[in-house]
Amino acid sequence: MKTVYLDYNATTPSDPEVVEAMLPYLSSTFGNASSVHSSGREAKVALEQARESIASFINCEPSELFFTSGGTESDNIAVLGTAAHLRGRRDHLVVGAAEHHAVIEPAEHLAHTQGFALNLLPVDSDGLALPDELAELVTDRTTLVSVMHANNETGTVQDITALASVARERGVLFHTDAVQSIGKIEVDVRKLGVDMLSLTGHKIYGPKGTGALFVRTGIKFAPLFYGGAHERKRRPGTENVAGAVGLATALQVAARRRNDDFSTMSELTEFFIDTATALIPDCRINGSRESRIPQTVNISFDGIEGEAVVLNLDLQGVAASSGSACTSGAIEPSHVLVAMGVPPVSAQGAVRFSIGRATTRADLDYVLEILPPIVQRLREMSPLWDKRK
Amino acid sequence: MTGAKRVLVAMSGGVDSSVAALLLKNRGYEVVGVHMKLWDHLEVGGDIYRDGRCCSLDSITDCRFVCDAIGAPFYVLNLSEQFACDVIEDFVSEYRAGRTPNPCVRCNSEIKWKALLHKADELGCDVIATGHYAQVTNPPERRWQIRKGVDSTRDQSYVLWGLTQSALARTLMPLGTMKKTEVRTVAEQHGLRTAGKSESREICFVADDDYRRFLREYEARRGRTFESGEIVRADGRVLGQHSGTAFYTIGQRRGLGIAHPTPLYVLRIDAGDNRIVVGDDSALHSTEMTVEPVNWVARAPGSTDEEFKADVKIRYLHDPARARVKILNDRSVSVSFQQPQRAITPGQSAVFYEDDVVLGGGLIRSSRAV
Repeated sequence: MKTVYLDYNATTPSDPEVVEAMLPYLSSTFGNASSVHSSGREAKVALEQARESIASFINCEPSELFFTSGGTESDNIAVLGTAAHLRGRRDHLVVGAAEHHAVIEPAEHLAHTQGFALNLLPVDSDGLALPDELAELVTDRTTLVSVMHANNETGTVQDITALASVARERGVLFHTDAVQSIGKIEVDVRKLGVDMLSLTGHKIYGPKGTGALFVRTGIKFAPLFYGGAHERKRRPGTENVAGAVGLATALQVAARRRNDDFSTMSELTEFFIDTATALIPDCRINGSRESRIPQTVNISFDGIEGEAVVLNLDLQGVAASSGSACTSGAIEPSHVLVAMGVPPVSAQGAVRFSIGRATTRADLDYVLEILPPIVQRLREMSPLWDKRK
Repeated sequence: MTGAKRVLVAMSGGVDSSVAALLLKNRGYEVVGVHMKLWDHLEVGGDIYRDGRCCSLDSITDCRFVCDAIGAPFYVLNLSEQFACDVIEDFVSEYRAGRTPNPCVRCNSEIKWKALLHKADELGCDVIATGHYAQVTNPPERRWQIRKGVDSTRDQSYVLWGLTQSALARTLMPLGTMKKTEVRTVAEQHGLRTAGKSESREICFVADDDYRRFLREYEARRGRTFESGEIVRADGRVLGQHSGTAFYTIGQRRGLGIAHPTPLYVLRIDAGDNRIVVGDDSALHSTEMTVEPVNWVARAPGSTDEEFKADVKIRYLHDPARARVKILNDRSVSVSFQQPQRAITPGQSAVFYEDDVVLGGGLIRSSRAV
C-alpha cells in the first residue's frame, strides 16, 4: 500500500544531519556535562556550543536560553514559573483562546487551585488576536500574557510584535509558544519583542524530548524541578547533550533551507487547497489564508466527523489528523476552531493536513484521488448531512 | 486494496476478543481492531486499579500490542456519550423504577450493534466481530440465528437476544464453536500477551461490583437523592425501613435490617408507592410473567394468540425452564412455566430457546405469584 505522511505538525523525522551530529554524544562522548573530568568537559562544551548556536538563531544571549524536554515543559515553566515568582503581587493571566493545551491547562490549573483570574484573548474568524482587545484585558495585576506564534491546528501566524508591545507598554510579561513557527518562518526574539519563548526540536526535523525556553535577561521565574544546579538551577536534571546538539543542528539545517522550504511548501499547499476545494463541495479552509505557516492546511468537511475521515485515510495509507495529535480521540470539536467561531457542523468535520520536506506533488495527487470518495461516502451515511439537504 | 472482506473487531483487551481478531486475520479477513471507550473513571467512580477491567489504559495497551502482533490497524473509538445516554441513564432509571436491569443486553443492542455498526459503515467494514461465546448462523431460506456457544460454561447467547436480523447478517462470532480452554491455547500458541488474562463478568462501568455505591455516587453528582420508605409484609404490616427502593432486588435476603423469626425475601418493589414488599421464600415462586418489548431472532414474529413451547431463561445464571409462550401483540408475550420459577425479576431478560437456538427474547415486565 502506498503511504503518505501528512502529519508533520504532529512530528517530523529527524534529519540525517541531525542524527549524524547526535551520534557521538550517545556513545563515545557520553560524559555528564556537569562532571569535572575530561569526558564531562567535552560534553559541556558540546552543550554550550548548542546553546550558542540556538541563541544566535533566535537572536538572544546564550544565558537567556534554558534547555527543557520540549514545548510542553517550556510552556509550563513560562506560565507556572512566572506565576510562582510573582505570587502575591500579580494573579491574573491572559492566554490566547486558541492556545495549545500546554498553555491553557497550566493557566486553568492556577485559576482552579490558586484563585488566579483567567481571561482568554479572543481570536477572529481567521484565528487572529487583536492588539486592541488585548489592551482591554491587561491590568496591573496581570502576571503573564501568552499568545502562540503559529497555531498548530490551523497554521495561523499571529502578529506577535504588535501584541507583545501592548503588554510591554503596560509592564506585563509576554510569552509566545513558537513550537510550530520556529524553523519555518523567522523567529527573532528582539523583533518579536517577547519576554519568553518556547521551542522544541521534533517539529523541525530534530529529536523528540528536546526543547528550550528563552527568558529575557532580568526576568525571574521559579523552577518546576529541584535537584541540582543544572541550567543555573532553573531546570535541574542531567543535561540531554545529544538532544541539545540535535536541536541546534536541526535549526542550522532549517536556517539553510528555510527560504526554499517556504516557497516549495507554499506552492504545494496552495495547490492542495485549490484542488481539494474544487473537488469537494461544502468544505472550508480554517485559518488565515494570508498570515500562516505554509505547512498547514485545515479543512472542514461539513456534515461528517473529521475523525472518520482520518481513520479512512489511515486505512488507505495516508496519515493526517483531526484536531491536534494531543486531542485526537476526544469527542469535543477543537477549541481552536470553536474560538474562531467555526460552526459546530464544520468544526466536527475538520481535518489537518500538514506537509513536510519529503512531501511531493505525487503524494498530494494520491490524497486528492482518495479523499473526495471518502468524504462523499461518509456524507451519504451521515444523519447530519441529510438534514442539510 | 485486496478485495478481502474488511471486518471491524470489537476488542476489550481480553483474551477472547484478541483471539477473535487473530482467527479472522488467519481466515483472510482484513481486520480493523477497535476499542470502544464507553466511560471515564472520573465519571463512574470505583476502584480503577482492579485487574482485567475493560476501558482502562492497560486494556487499550493490550489491544494495541495484539493488533500490532497480527498486523491490524487499531483505533480507540469514543462512544462514551452514547453509552452514558443509552446505557448508564437507562440502568439508573430502571433501578429507580423498581426493576433490575442487565446493562450488557442494552449495550449490545444500542451500542455494539448500532453505534459500532455505524462506525463499521464509516470505516468501510462489511462485518463486525466480537469475542462472544455464541454462534451466528444462517440456515438456507431461514432467518438468521443465534445459537448457544459450544462451551456451555461460557455461553453468552442470553445477552444477545436484542440483535436485529440486519445486524446479525453482518456479525461474526468466531469463538462460538470453541471452548474457552481452546481459546487460551490458541492465544498461547501465538504468543498473544492477553493469553493469561483473567476475565471480568461484572458490569464494566461498576468497577467494584457494588451497584448501590454506583447509584448513590452517580446520582449525587447530579444532585439527585434516594427517598427512604417502608418495608412491609404482603398483608401491609410495616416491618422496617428501606433507604431507597433502587437498592433492592427481587429475592434479596441480606441487608434488609429486619429481625424476624423466619427468613424474609424481597417479593416486590413498588417504586411508585416507595415500598418494598417482603415475605417467605415460597411466595417468591411464580409460573406466569409478561415480557415486553420482544425481539424475534430465529422465530418469525407471530400473530396474536399464537402459542409455542420453549425453554425460557430468565437470568444469566438460570437453567432454562420449559414454558408455553403466548403472543399478546407485536410487542409482548405472556409466558407460563410448567414449574414455578424462583424470583422472576422485572428488568431482567427472558430468552426463549429451542434446543440451542435463540428464538427471541425480551424484558420481563411483571410476574404473578402462584
